[in-house]
Amino acid sequence: MAYRPAREGNLLSLYINNRAGGLIFHRDFSPNAAKLDTNEQMQLASTFSGLALIMGQLAPSRPSSGMQLLEADGFLLQSFDSPTGIKFFLTAEPDAKGLDLVLREVYTYYADYVLKNPFYEMDMPIQKGGKFCQKLDRMVAQVQDRR
Amino acid sequence: MLHSFHIFNRKGDLLFYKEWARAPRSAKAMADDHKLMFGFLFSLKQLVNKMAPRGSGGGLHACSTSTYKLHYFETASGLRFVLCTGLAAGDLRETLRRLYADIYVETLTKNPLHRLDEPITCKSFEQAVDAFFASLQQGQG
Repeated sequence: MAYRPAREGNLLSLYINNRAGGLIFHRDFSPNAAKLDTNEQMQLASTFSGLALIMGQLAPSRPSSGMQLLEADGFLLQSFDSPTGIKFFLTAEPDAKGLDLVLREVYTYYADYVLKNPFYEMDMPIQKGGKFCQKLDRMVAQVQDRR
Repeated sequence: MLHSFHIFNRKGDLLFYKEWARAPRSAKAMADDHKLMFGFLFSLKQLVNKMAPRGSGGGLHACSTSTYKLHYFETASGLRFVLCTGLAAGDLRETLRRLYADIYVETLTKNPLHRLDEPITCKSFEQAVDAFFASLQQGQG
């Protein structure tokens, strides 16, 4: 059952990083999303993985997770790490709410439509246009509708 | 709950530091942490500028992990105020701005003996900052 949070603020983009911090999936959901070429996306995604880790190391009391939420004037970024080390992160307009729940939903799709595919190899890029992508687009369309 | 407070200048020198209830560390570990903190914020700012949606600048102001929240405020002159608090803290942008405008500017910028880019040793600044954080902590309960 798809979760339907009440929210304002459009989702902008989704990134998925593998255990090594390499980008394996990226998708923009809004024409407002930052215009980046593939190289820049990969660079930003792996920088974020590193920075999220460093923020955990800077924690006043350890153990601490890495960065989970980033708030800027122009956007919000919510990040979610799966227990196996895959990092899902989502950017959205600043007044967006319930981003963590959207990420859980994405994680379920990842588990169901990427990991259960016998031809998928761990840590490799996720095919665009596959079942995962379709499910994701449908869920995001629902979420954007509910603004 | 407050953890730590840094002021960096735009070159990354630490001008002022204060911490509350943290496990004691060696001076070297602390200096390393300060460098890491500045480097972290420097790169994070670049990341935020690139990731920002079209038509908006970056404007990083807070980020959090499962255990703490970091609040960031940068002045036009490149001073960076960094306050680490517990997760219960809300939006502290205005608080940090007031700290700059009412305390930093009043006690240091207007102080003829204060030298830019040198670690802050001014007593009245320290007292005002202590009082400011004490009232902040009381307000948070």
